[in-house]
Amino acid sequence: MTVLLEADHLLRRYATRRGMLGRPVDVRAVDGVSLVLEAGRTLGLVGESGCGKSTTGRLVLGLETPDGGEVRFQGDAMPPPGSAAWRALRARMQMVFQDPLGALDRRLPIGVQVAEPLEIHAIGNAHERAARVETLLRAVGLRPDHATRYPHELSGGQRQRAVLARALATDPALLVCDEPISALDVSIQAQVMNLLVELQDRFGMGVLFISHDLRAVRQVSHRVAVMYLGRIVEEGDPDAVLHDPAHPYAQALVSAIPHPGRGARRIVLQGDPPNPADRPRGCAFHPRCPVATSLCTMDVPALKRRPTDGRLIACHVAHGDVPAGGGVAEVKEAA
Amino acid sequence: MLRFLTVRLLRAALTVAMVVTFAFVVLRMSGDPAQIIMGADAPPEAVEAFRAAWGLDRPLWVQYFNYFGAILSGDLGRSMRDGRDAIQLVAERIPATLALTLPALLMKVALGIPAGIYAALHRNSWVDRLVMIVAVAGFTVPSFVLGLLLVLVFAVQLGWLPSGGQESWRHAILPVVTLGLGGAAVLARFTRSAMLEVLGQPYIRTASAKGVPWHAVVTNHALPNAAIPTVTIIGFMMGSLIAGAVVVESVFSWPGVGRLLVVAVANRDLAVVQCILLLVAATMVFANLVVDLLYGLLDPRLRNAPKRAVA
Amino acid sequence: MTPLVSIRNLTVAFDGQPALRGIDLDISPGEALGMVGESGCGKSVTWLAALGLLPGRATIGGSVRLAGQELLRAPASVLERVRGGRVAMVFQDPASSLNPVHRIGRQITEALRLHRDMTGTTARAEAKRLLDQVGIPDAARRLDAYPHELSGGQNQRVMIAIALAGRPELLVADEPTTALDVTIQAQILDLLGTLRREMGMALVLISHDLGVVAETCERVAVMYAGRIVEEAVTERLFATPSHPYTRGLLGALPPIHGPRRRLSAIPGGVPEPWAMPPGCAFAPRCPMRLSACDAGLPPAVTLEQSHRAACIRTSVTQLVQDSVPA
Repeated sequence: MTVLLEADHLLRRYATRRGMLGRPVDVRAVDGVSLVLEAGRTLGLVGESGCGKSTTGRLVLGLETPDGGEVRFQGDAMPPPGSAAWRALRARMQMVFQDPLGALDRRLPIGVQVAEPLEIHAIGNAHERAARVETLLRAVGLRPDHATRYPHELSGGQRQRAVLARALATDPALLVCDEPISALDVSIQAQVMNLLVELQDRFGMGVLFISHDLRAVRQVSHRVAVMYLGRIVEEGDPDAVLHDPAHPYAQALVSAIPHPGRGARRIVLQGDPPNPADRPRGCAFHPRCPVATSLCTMDVPALKRRPTDGRLIACHVAHGDVPAGGGVAEVKEAA
Repeated sequence: MLRFLTVRLLRAALTVAMVVTFAFVVLRMSGDPAQIIMGADAPPEAVEAFRAAWGLDRPLWVQYFNYFGAILSGDLGRSMRDGRDAIQLVAERIPATLALTLPALLMKVALGIPAGIYAALHRNSWVDRLVMIVAVAGFTVPSFVLGLLLVLVFAVQLGWLPSGGQESWRHAILPVVTLGLGGAAVLARFTRSAMLEVLGQPYIRTASAKGVPWHAVVTNHALPNAAIPTVTIIGFMMGSLIAGAVVVESVFSWPGVGRLLVVAVANRDLAVVQCILLLVAATMVFANLVVDLLYGLLDPRLRNAPKRAVA
Repeated sequence: MTPLVSIRNLTVAFDGQPALRGIDLDISPGEALGMVGESGCGKSVTWLAALGLLPGRATIGGSVRLAGQELLRAPASVLERVRGGRVAMVFQDPASSLNPVHRIGRQITEALRLHRDMTGTTARAEAKRLLDQVGIPDAARRLDAYPHELSGGQNQRVMIAIALAGRPELLVADEPTTALDVTIQAQILDLLGTLRREMGMALVLISHDLGVVAETCERVAVMYAGRIVEEAVTERLFATPSHPYTRGLLGALPPIHGPRRRLSAIPGGVPEPWAMPPGCAFAPRCPMRLSACDAGLPPAVTLEQSHRAACIRTSVTQLVQDSVPA
């Protein structure tokens, strides 16, 4: 397997203010994320809102510059955003967003929008482009006559198909999908997930699939990474992580999946999803963790391999550094 | 709060300073005041003497700093026409202008807001359509046209009201109506769209689902939210209390600040023009400040939010 | 048991275009019913229509009875007693469903004043108790907070507290967890279940997510294009779904266990209200379509006690079964 994308200790900070005139607070949206995506494979990135999964997606595409760390695409470091080299590289990497209507231009027919990346990157002549648009529309399950339709004339599922067709126009090696199905109806979600798997089989692109939905991630991914407050807390084979999650947060996330025919036994986490501007000291999850120990309040657990099965886990308890505790009261990082 | 006020006041002072500078530059570049005041056929020596007397012969930047320094020490200069203090000249005219603009503001609010609310609550009814038609007319018809129309109907044709002058309260009716009608139309339109926006919000449905009677939903839930954008417009209207009647005062020969401004500009009476502009800028800036403070009062989201507690 | 709410042939049209095309539904006291379907299927409209919360351009027909009392065309005074009193509603997006300019406490005490004649310190004390009950920490202080100062999950708890203020016999929760994070969704579903048991109220949980409904409800009604296409006890619906749409929905759900297979996605999309198919609305997407499907609306057929499906294949099977002597 060749490595398509490598991210090494990515760091992204924002300064936000509380209220209109509050003091600026340093928010670490992404706090040392490393990941590897192999060519033609899918890496699922799951987590709740504010965990930094979307920012990670933008960082690996070079849409944002990391404050630390490095992204390597096909072995080479990411050129600075806006440079000619970066623009040339953009044809090899595409993004698909949650809201297909927002991603499409309402004033242009679908065909024109699918052809747009080809024109931007000066690929083929007019005739070849038209042929390519037709192939792409068929590949995503639209008819060639859809090319003349406007976005509002299509259903939600058809729009997301059109977005995929446009993203695939330049034959990218990497597709970053940020919550590509969460705005769609259940039956349409299944269509798009099937389509994504089919397209990968056919075109062989690597996919970074960002979602809050563990079930969807398992369906399309070859590996899964669980994020919490800017860090990856567990990473491994999707089936393994879903059936036997090791990190207490992954366990809670798995047990929170509503699932027909499962009993009411469920780990219900206390408290709200954390505020990145108010990061707890030590392991960021410890205030909500049912097995936290005093060590967890002080020491940030490193993401390291579990010797038994090689799964990556960032948890003192899961690694056996300390016996499971009974949870601890929150300790805030001094401002 | 104190910090908020300080920042706002500093910003306000900066705005006023910029207006003053702008006025200074424009007025100095639009012709020689000495020549205009003394007349085209005045002897050159007289014009020269006038320049020397008013300091107009010094370099422009010296004039500017002298002028600015004087403002800071509270001296707004004297009229080049009759030598009186500019500020005194302007102050004399303020009551007359306020006698038009204050009742007009009252009329805008008293007419525009209820009309807008009613139109929003009875969307697509004939009242709503009427309000919208009048509002569009109010937007598009310039005040001098409306003023002249009113004069034609009520002064010339019907003879009910005087067409100009300032002798009695009856003289004020037509100019006040001219000013108020357009503003009321603008306000009605804004209130209507603000209300419609708010009535479509999920929390209005929540209030109804709680069992709140419709009239209480409107007064307790919709109005406080619709007031937030509406206050901006009223604030802008307050900003034009001094300068908003220039055209109307001219049409009705009303001796207010606006008429003084027109005359002073024609005469290149620098100190008076600058004094009025300073006053106008100060009113606008003050009105904006009031709007900002009202915003904080009306919308808790804009208050200096306390640190979000974590459960 | 006499039903608490009884809906008969409820129809709704917006500007002449049908949104509900004949809903029949009974809710027993204390029962938890799930209503599932894709966007636009009419699951929310059903309850907004029942409580008279639809805009004036909606034409409503049929009957909705609450303990025998007709709600449709009832005078405003009757509806205002019912809304937030005997029947309360919780909506999808808690952040925009609470009034941004009023404090949390005031929004709860408003309901207490309307339905329980409580004012002043009594109302405030009860509001604090309600916030405690829905699991908001430091309830006394939160009474003075504004919605924007709370998180999404906490705001949804406040919405539930407001709903509980009138001591409802029925709580209608319309996609209460859709806007929330997964772990917070688990908290809210847990809370709704607990409250229902504690207070003995009936619960209607409207959701697009079969999983959410399966865990919380005893009975499920599946809606498609303005009609109920299948209705059954939860275990039975998931074990032996009868209507092809229900089967399609279940097949579209990515499994948690077992080998990853291609999802059996339902082809096409939901029909638009102005282009309803002549017969069964699901026929154009149905893998088991017969020519007879376009002939007319399939009636709901009872398969077994409290399991009904509106599909002519079911009717055919049922007829065959009926004609065979046991």
